[in-house]
Parts: sequence; structure tokens; C-alpha cells
Amino acid sequence: MDMKSTNELQGTDHIHPSSLIRHPSLLKATFAIVQKDLAAEFRSFELVSAMLVFSLLVIIIFNFALELDVKVRQSVTAGVLWTTFAFAGTLGLNRSMATEKDRGCMDGLLLAPVDRSAIYFGKVISNLAFMLIVEAVVLPVYSVLYNVNLFRFDLLGVILLGSIGYVAVGTLLSAMSVQTRTREVLLPILLFPVAIPVLLAAVKASNGLLAGAEFAEVLIPLNILIVYDVVFIAVAFMVFDFVVEE
Amino acid sequence: MQSKSIALTILDVVSIILLAISTYLALFFAPTELIMGQVQRVFYFHIGTAWVGLLGFVLAAISGVIYLITKDMKWDRFEVAAVEVSTMFFFITIVLGSIWARPAWNTWWTWDPRLTTAAVTELIYIAYFMLRQGIDDPEKRARFGAVYTILGGVSAPITFMVIRLFRTIHPVIIGAANANQEKMSMTGDMKVAFFFALFAFTVIFIDLMWHRIRLGNLEEKVEQLKLKVSM
Repeated sequence: MDMKSTNELQGTDHIHPSSLIRHPSLLKATFAIVQKDLAAEFRSFELVSAMLVFSLLVIIIFNFALELDVKVRQSVTAGVLWTTFAFAGTLGLNRSMATEKDRGCMDGLLLAPVDRSAIYFGKVISNLAFMLIVEAVVLPVYSVLYNVNLFRFDLLGVILLGSIGYVAVGTLLSAMSVQTRTREVLLPILLFPVAIPVLLAAVKASNGLLAGAEFAEVLIPLNILIVYDVVFIAVAFMVFDFVVEE
Repeated sequence: MQSKSIALTILDVVSIILLAISTYLALFFAPTELIMGQVQRVFYFHIGTAWVGLLGFVLAAISGVIYLITKDMKWDRFEVAAVEVSTMFFFITIVLGSIWARPAWNTWWTWDPRLTTAAVTELIYIAYFMLRQGIDDPEKRARFGAVYTILGGVSAPITFMVIRLFRTIHPVIIGAANANQEKMSMTGDMKVAFFFALFAFTVIFIDLMWHRIRLGNLEEKVEQLKLKVSM
């Protein structure tokens, strides 16, 4: 019989049960959250489809609101695009955080033994993914409807940077607004003033690129976009803990 | 019931006197500007209130940070006072600027970068009050308020930097490096009125802040007494 003597078992005293549990790293936790959101979305498509239809309607409304003849179109394309993205983005941010709270997912995430910033980064990445999907559809539609070529790498870069900044602040503010009495109504009120630098710089950069301005001129708003993205991701990540704590 | 401290009463009197002197300096002592004429006198109070407004927003952001670190409600009361007083002063700045703009640029308002960011900054702090109104729990209200002042405090300078990088018709007095922007320089008497206005408004700001913080403290006391009575 192979029985362990007490001598052999003595060496195992120092193993504490909790050290046997592996806490997921920040990166793993973040991607788990992204996976969850994307998987849920790809099953029902309710968020992206709502954002998409809304964007297309906004573009149509702009057509009537602004009397876009060929000359005017050139100068307002950037503004119309970014207004559309901003409004659709607000929709996505609201719904994304609201479903999290209503279904109790947020409580579950808060109970998990991971750093809270994983929740922040996970939500930012999934919200960004939704916004980029919508933009990826809106850009070709706009190009076709208004006969403007929007498929330029530099413009896509500006749109990416602007979306990152917008979503970084928007995720934090939606986490706050969803906990207030006025809920979804409050998010645009909180978000738009703080996101003005992003929208301003993004529109100026987009305008510059579409109008064929020199790169040096476009570089200024581009730098502002990068600075804004870096600063606000850092600030939001530091402050997110205080917003979701119970 | 705590009666108003004597220091505060003295500060009230001093503030009123400084405001009166500043008014005299701005409206009578300072020479009339060559190009813009009498309307330029608005400038002294415009800059005074702008300085105080922006100072208050910065103080609010700092107070927000301290609250999040210490969780002491007195910093929340300081923050609310700072935002309230600054929102009011900054609104005065915008109105005075408008009054100056009408004769100078022939329009009450223009979407020039600096004016736009002033309007946006004011809206951030109005949104701050809407945020606070929507929360019943005082601890949550303090936390969220602190977070939003930090966001606003970071956003405002960035929007201000955006001003300097794009061409503007708004006069740039201090550090006008860009030749495209109107340059203005001040004569000696104007400088006296200008710096005195800055000083006077700083004192008025401190006075109003003190009053508002005192009001906040008294409100807190009332809440506590209400709880005691209801138990």
C-alpha cells in the first residue's frame, strides 16, 4: 500500500488555499468583458442596428436641413459626419451601460476579483467597436449619397482618433449618468461640453483633409486629438473606480 | 446658531469698498482708449470676472481631487461653492464681453474659438448642477460631482489651448506672439485700473466663497438636526 507518511505531508502546510486561485490579469479580464459584449451584440444586433438606422436618418435630415448643393457639401461634410457620429455614439453609450446595469451584469463585474479598470477598458473597447462598425457603414453610404470620396487612410485615422477620445470620456460619463434619476437624458448634457475639444479638432482635421490643405495645417488639430485621447483615457481610468464603487 | 464672524463682516465691507474704487478707476480714472472709445472700459471688469471665474473652476477641480482622496464632505462643500460662484462670475464675463463686442465687432456674439470655449465651459458647469440635482444620495452626489469637476477642469485648459492654435479675432493682450491676432498694449493709468480690478475681484471672490461655504456648513447642520429630530 502506498500511504503517505505524516513526514511527507508536513511540507504542504505552507500552501494557502487562496494562492491556488489564479486571479486573471488585467488584459485577460478586459478581453473577457469585450468578448462578452461583442458576443451579446452579435446575437441580437440591437445596439448596432439602432445606431445605424439612427445615423442614416440623421444624414437624411441634414440633407433637408442644410440644402446641401455641391458647393456647400464640401464645407459641411466633416461637420455632418461628426454630428452624426456624436449622436449615434451617445445612443450606443447609453444603451450599452443601461443594459449592463439593468441585467445586473455590472454588479457581477464589480464582484469579480479583478481590477476595476478592466471594466473601464473593456467597456471602452466594446463601445469603440460598436461606434467603428457604425462608422464603417455610414462612410460608404455618405460617399454614395453625396458623391464624396471618404475612403482615405488619413481621414479614417482622424475618425479613429476622434472616436477613441469620444468613447473614452463617454464610457465614464455613461457609467455616472446611468446611476442618476434622469438616467439617459443626462448623458448628452454631461458629454457634449466635455467632448467639444475632440469634436472641434476632429472636424477641423477632417475638413482640412477633405479640402486638401497642407499637412502642417492638419497636424495641429491632429495633435490636439492625440493629446486629448491620451489625457482623457488616463484621467477616466484613474477616476473610474470612484464612479462604480458602491 | 453660529453668527457671522467679524472677519467675514469686515471682508464684506472691504469688498464693497474695493468694488467701488475699482468702478471709479475703470469708469473715470483710466484714460479713454484711442480706437474703441468708452466701451473699452468694460474690459477691466471683463478680465477681472474672467480671472476669478477660471480661478474658481481650477479650485473646484483641486477640491474634487482632495475630496476623492480624503472623503471629507467639507471639500465637497468647498467645491460646490467654487463652482457656483465661478459660474456666476463667468456668466458676467460673457455678458460684458457681449456688450463690448456689439460696438467693436458689430455683433453681440460670434463663434470665434475663444467665445465658443467660454460658452462651452459655462455649459460644463451648468451640467454639473444638473448632475448633482439628479442624485439623491449625498455621498454619491459628492463623488460624482468631484469626478465631473476633474473632467471639466482638464477639458477647459485643453479647449483654451485650442484657442491659441487657431486664428481668432478676439484680442490677445498677454503673450500675443501670433502676428495675425490683434495686439493691444496698455498705458500706465490703464495698467493701474487693470491690476486693481484683478485684485478687487479676487477679494470679492474670496468673500463670496466664504459666504457660500458658510451657507453649505449651515445646510449640513440643518440636515443633521432634522435627522436628530426625526429619530
